[in-house]
Amino acid sequence: MSEAPHDIERLIGMMAKLPGLGPRSARRAVLHLIRRRGALLAPLADAMHTVAATARECATCGNVGTSDICDICASDDRRTGEICVVGDVADLWAMERARVFAGRYHVLGGLLSALDAIGPDDLGIPRLARRVREEGVTEIILALPATVDGQTTAHYIADRFEGSGLRVTSLARGVPVGGELDYLDDGTISAALRARGGV
Amino acid sequence: MSRCFLRTLTLSHFRSHRLCRLECDGRPVVLYGPNGAGKTNVLEAVSLLSPGRGLRRATADDLARRPEALGWKVAAVLDDNGRAQEIETRTGAGPGQSRAVRIDTKPAPQAALGRVVRILWLAPHMDRLWSEGAEGRRRFLDRMTLSFEPAHAEAMLVYEKAMRERNRLLKDQVSDAHWYRALETRMAEAGAQIAASRRRAVAALLAAQDGASGAFPAAQISIAGPEGEDGDGAESAGALREAFARSRPRDMAAGGRTLVGPHRIDLAAEYTAKGVRARDCSTGEQKALLISLVLANARALKGRLGAAPILLLDEVAAHLDADRCSALHAEITALGSQAWMTGTGAEPFTALGGGAQYFRVTETGGASAVHPATGPG
Repeated sequence: MSEAPHDIERLIGMMAKLPGLGPRSARRAVLHLIRRRGALLAPLADAMHTVAATARECATCGNVGTSDICDICASDDRRTGEICVVGDVADLWAMERARVFAGRYHVLGGLLSALDAIGPDDLGIPRLARRVREEGVTEIILALPATVDGQTTAHYIADRFEGSGLRVTSLARGVPVGGELDYLDDGTISAALRARGGV
Repeated sequence: MSRCFLRTLTLSHFRSHRLCRLECDGRPVVLYGPNGAGKTNVLEAVSLLSPGRGLRRATADDLARRPEALGWKVAAVLDDNGRAQEIETRTGAGPGQSRAVRIDTKPAPQAALGRVVRILWLAPHMDRLWSEGAEGRRRFLDRMTLSFEPAHAEAMLVYEKAMRERNRLLKDQVSDAHWYRALETRMAEAGAQIAASRRRAVAALLAAQDGASGAFPAAQISIAGPEGEDGDGAESAGALREAFARSRPRDMAAGGRTLVGPHRIDLAAEYTAKGVRARDCSTGEQKALLISLVLANARALKGRLGAAPILLLDEVAAHLDADRCSALHAEITALGSQAWMTGTGAEPFTALGGGAQYFRVTETGGASAVHPATGPG
């Protein structure tokens, strides 16, 4: 016999499917929501209902929004000559939090992986090529993870646009701001040394 | 003299051991007892304090004690020149769990173990190393290389992952040249690092053999290609990239196997004094060559790091005559290494006398037990 009524168990089961939550933490979260159902549960349910009805992917860049074209792509203030390519929407949001990039984005929605049967067409790379042609793009900035799949995807995109006159760059890798050398692994120190610059 | 040794070792639900705790003082450790008592399991547990699949290349599932299958844990306190470091590796219950590592209670990648402690080993299955296929010799060379350059592990991981991806493309007959070039660039960059690290390791081993005792023959080692050709061909990133591109049709025809690259090399060895290839030497000579290389590796590491690595020598006295046994023990003592050695009895270790710690390993009702012992005599 389950410990909670069926509907609550169902909610716990759904919550446990979320990243970072397991069955125990989902149970704690649901109990917390029920105890504060006026202040938390009802507004949360309302917000989820609204987002479920309106959320969609931007037809241009793949960002998540509530309209067919996201705010970034629709903005006239964004430079059209630069596209920052990210693997996931979370990476786009991280870039936007930093408020340092005034161009537009292209969300791949994953990384190349032959073993997982994720190919260029699954990642919207042909759509990126179309945008480059149609939007007068002069530079692609690759902001992809420093993993094997991330770097393979970066090499793929660089190779695909080689000879097109387009500038393809990638984010630098090295010592994080506020970081101490003593805590860095050999690979990061090596990358930082290769990417050193004048002071 | 700098020292690096295990102060304590704890095994929990690991192979035949339900719970085992050993207190060590840095002297060589002798584990003796009948066959099947669980001596090698202790050495295997120590080997898992380094990156990889350990002494027997077992999967994490195979290491769990049966029938409980509760998961297993190996924990140790390392004395690194007086500084204590806690190392722990474990898996949870249930099949298919990968092993997790903690260093000083913080989660760490497996590759980080290679920077904390150097562990070298010799096990009976390696007696056939020179006569069997190249894979075992490559693994042996890579373990020695890893002991000198811990970053070798990361380069190997990158290379192997990119190669598996490339092989899948070849198998699926994918014709996207951009995708191949992207993967081959990753493979070439990592492959060039691997080749350079191996070359430096071979040079260090050859240099360290100059100090070898007469009991163990020096081995002239070199890196050879898959069919015995010179292995120093395509080793720069550019040359490797070209070699991968050229080999694509052949690799596709082979059913999706990459037929060129650093994963195809062999470690060639020759008994220097006799000018005979290692595989043509007697069983005893082959074992002596292996011991010679492991000792050279230990000497080279001690020269670089100040402290000798931990050695795991499983049933090493087999195939060695009394003189070579004594020479080995003298060499271990001179190195100041915490060598963990096994045998069915304590007698082969008589030469070590009070210079070693002794433990008797027994097995009752499917559970191993380790008892402190006084040693031979």
